[in-house]
Amino acid sequence: MATQTFTGAEMVVKALSALKVKYVFGYPGGSVLDIYDAIFQQEDVEHILVRHEQAATHMADGFSRATGEVGYVLATSGPGATNCVTGIATAYMDSIPMVVLAGQVPTSLIGDDAFQETDIVGCSRPIVKHSFNCRDLAEIPNVIAKAHYIAKSGRPGPVVVELPKDILIPQNKAPFNIETDVKLRSYNPTKKGHPKQIKKAITAITEAKRLVVYSGGGIVLADASEQLTRLVETLNAPCTNTLMGLGGISGVHKNFIGMLGMHGSLEANKAMANADVILALGARFDDRVTNNVKKFCPDAKIVHVDIDPTSISKTINAHIPVVGLIDIVLEQLQEELENINFVPDSSSNEQWWQQINEWRSLGSFSYQQNNDKIKPQKVIETVYEITNGEAYLCSDVGQHQMFAAQYYPFAKPRQWINSGGLGTMGFGLPAAMGVKLAFPDSHVVCITGDGSIQMNIQELSTCLQYQLPVVIVSLNNRSLGMVRQWQDMIYGGRHSSSYMESLPDFVKLAESYGHVGIQINQLSELDEKLSEAFSIKNRLVFVDILVDELEHVYPMQIKQGAIDEMWLKKGVKA
Amino acid sequence: MRRILAILLENEPGSLSRIVGLFSQRAFNIESLTVAPTEDQSLSRITITTRGDDRVLEQIVKQVNKLIDVIKITDLTDREHVEREILLIKVLAMNEKSRSEVKRITDIFRGSIIDIGKQVYTIQMTGDDKKISAFMKTLANETEIIESVRSGTVGIARGEKALRV
Ligand SMILES: Cc1ncc(C[n+]2csc(CCOP(=O)(O)OP(=O)(O)O)c2C)c(N)n1
Ligand SMILES: [Mg+2]
Repeated sequence: MATQTFTGAEMVVKALSALKVKYVFGYPGGSVLDIYDAIFQQEDVEHILVRHEQAATHMADGFSRATGEVGYVLATSGPGATNCVTGIATAYMDSIPMVVLAGQVPTSLIGDDAFQETDIVGCSRPIVKHSFNCRDLAEIPNVIAKAHYIAKSGRPGPVVVELPKDILIPQNKAPFNIETDVKLRSYNPTKKGHPKQIKKAITAITEAKRLVVYSGGGIVLADASEQLTRLVETLNAPCTNTLMGLGGISGVHKNFIGMLGMHGSLEANKAMANADVILALGARFDDRVTNNVKKFCPDAKIVHVDIDPTSISKTINAHIPVVGLIDIVLEQLQEELENINFVPDSSSNEQWWQQINEWRSLGSFSYQQNNDKIKPQKVIETVYEITNGEAYLCSDVGQHQMFAAQYYPFAKPRQWINSGGLGTMGFGLPAAMGVKLAFPDSHVVCITGDGSIQMNIQELSTCLQYQLPVVIVSLNNRSLGMVRQWQDMIYGGRHSSSYMESLPDFVKLAESYGHVGIQINQLSELDEKLSEAFSIKNRLVFVDILVDELEHVYPMQIKQGAIDEMWLKKGVKA
Repeated sequence: MRRILAILLENEPGSLSRIVGLFSQRAFNIESLTVAPTEDQSLSRITITTRGDDRVLEQIVKQVNKLIDVIKITDLTDREHVEREILLIKVLAMNEKSRSEVKRITDIFRGSIIDIGKQVYTIQMTGDDKKISAFMKTLANETEIIESVRSGTVGIARGEKALRV
């Protein structure tokens, strides 16, 4: 019997199904219609039709952040592919595993400025982990398998696969072969930490008198929160998380001292500044954490564990670098500590905690809720209570994002989903949709602002089509609040283009998309109406909450200062 | 400080653009770059000369290594190595005096005249970049340079050390 042959389009779908991909998020167009036709004729892979390709990337991204699986995107050549660029960059900055399958004009037309031809591999080169120009029909399955493996392994990231139309069409067929156990001679990410470095790290952390564990998104990506928590408990060390690392250790754990960085807690930033040893785990000393690198923690010895060697000693020099998968390295460290029956020195440990508790007692995350306007922080606290602290919070970008990070202590990793590295407005809603698709029975909340929500508002239509009843909580301050805050603080209060005039009626807007809209503008009705919103099952609810438009996010690092130089509130320095 | 880096990578379409893109994206500097397939046609070898302090160099090496197509990178600077560059240069040689002067300089630098036109000599010279620069400067003092092309540096470690899969 002759071996069975398939079209390229069929191979794409068969490859996805071999890789156990359940969903692909996308939007059709000329160059990929054959793939759409192949999707139509099978049931393994479900396609989710968005309303804008950017949303497809964020939806795949949100799905991935919540599940740990690779998110898949399908877009047509030209504008379809370029619309993905922001989403690819968003995933790249936060190391999210994603594969973008982009159509391309037929090989014979490449380079001719053909209709809907763009060099998407070229366009996306600086913002991908890797990319493939697939040119051979028979190679499609293995190219996709490689893309999948590269996206997910080591430090994860997005991979673009360009598929020209001529290798997809029904006229050309080939046998289907796929090797899902991928091996590449040029790519072998390290797994275990080097034993010598582990020993050095152990010496440093066991001799420390003022140790801080500083953990980032790497812990979340590697599902290493149990190992982290165990290590922190063994060391009885204070633990701070980056914006990307929230939930890495429970937000209510006694050793958790809050987020650090620009809008982090005073105690977290103070602890860093005064530490003698910093154990950095899957974090990258981002400028939103360090503030002025020249003034960064001059007395601290830095132990830096990361899967990506380029993250080590990039902005801040590490004294003890350890390259390896964070979960594995944490287990190596734990084992060493157990071998020596480590118990922290009680006097220095107690002293350190006493000091931290003093900083803590200043209550840097606090606000004043009077009887008039609703404070945005109050909204987040109310959402926390109603959802029992168990919701997935998918945030957009702005003040609301910072309030959510500060006032919703995340019990678990993957509960907090936000664009930390790129800060992409418009991320929140599509990301929440991806999460809801994965976890239909959980509360999935999109925390957003009047500015951000309008950057992907069209997805309300997708939500109706696929029954994705996320709860949108919009902290409506009638302005681009974060921009306005900087203008207040740095630009003499000149509100240049940060005021959102002519906002739509969000309630009617939600209704016209077939959803429920609720507006809240009285403090007295906040609890009741928000509870009502969360009690509605199977309908998307858009809660438009008119919050105090003058509120600023505090504390805030003082520009160019040390990590712990902060404004606690207007005119009050720490 | 000047550094010379040798990179072994997959000979795939787009591999070179990833290297070049990386340097511009991260504001690393490239003084020269050469690339060609090796004896194994599936591999390419690149030599890059660059400048930067230790910190920058460490990032360059790590960032290049991180590219999926890259198999190995080594910094040849601090180890025993040989580096060569080839120069092809066309100079004015109008009269007997300038012809013999050009010939004399070429001999001293162990170059060779590879083509002669009515009024020009074309010379080939190999050496490290210092020698080539010195040669060009000396020639420029004697005659007019019409055109020149430098290959960029290639380098290899001395002794048993080898950059291979
Ligand atoms: C796509 C994009 N454009 C611009 C910005 C710059 N930016 C950061 S926050 C912000 C304002 C966000 O306004 P809104 O969504 O209403 O949130 P708020 O700060 O008011 O809570 C802007 C414009 C960005 N982060 N992303
Ligand atoms: Mg706003």
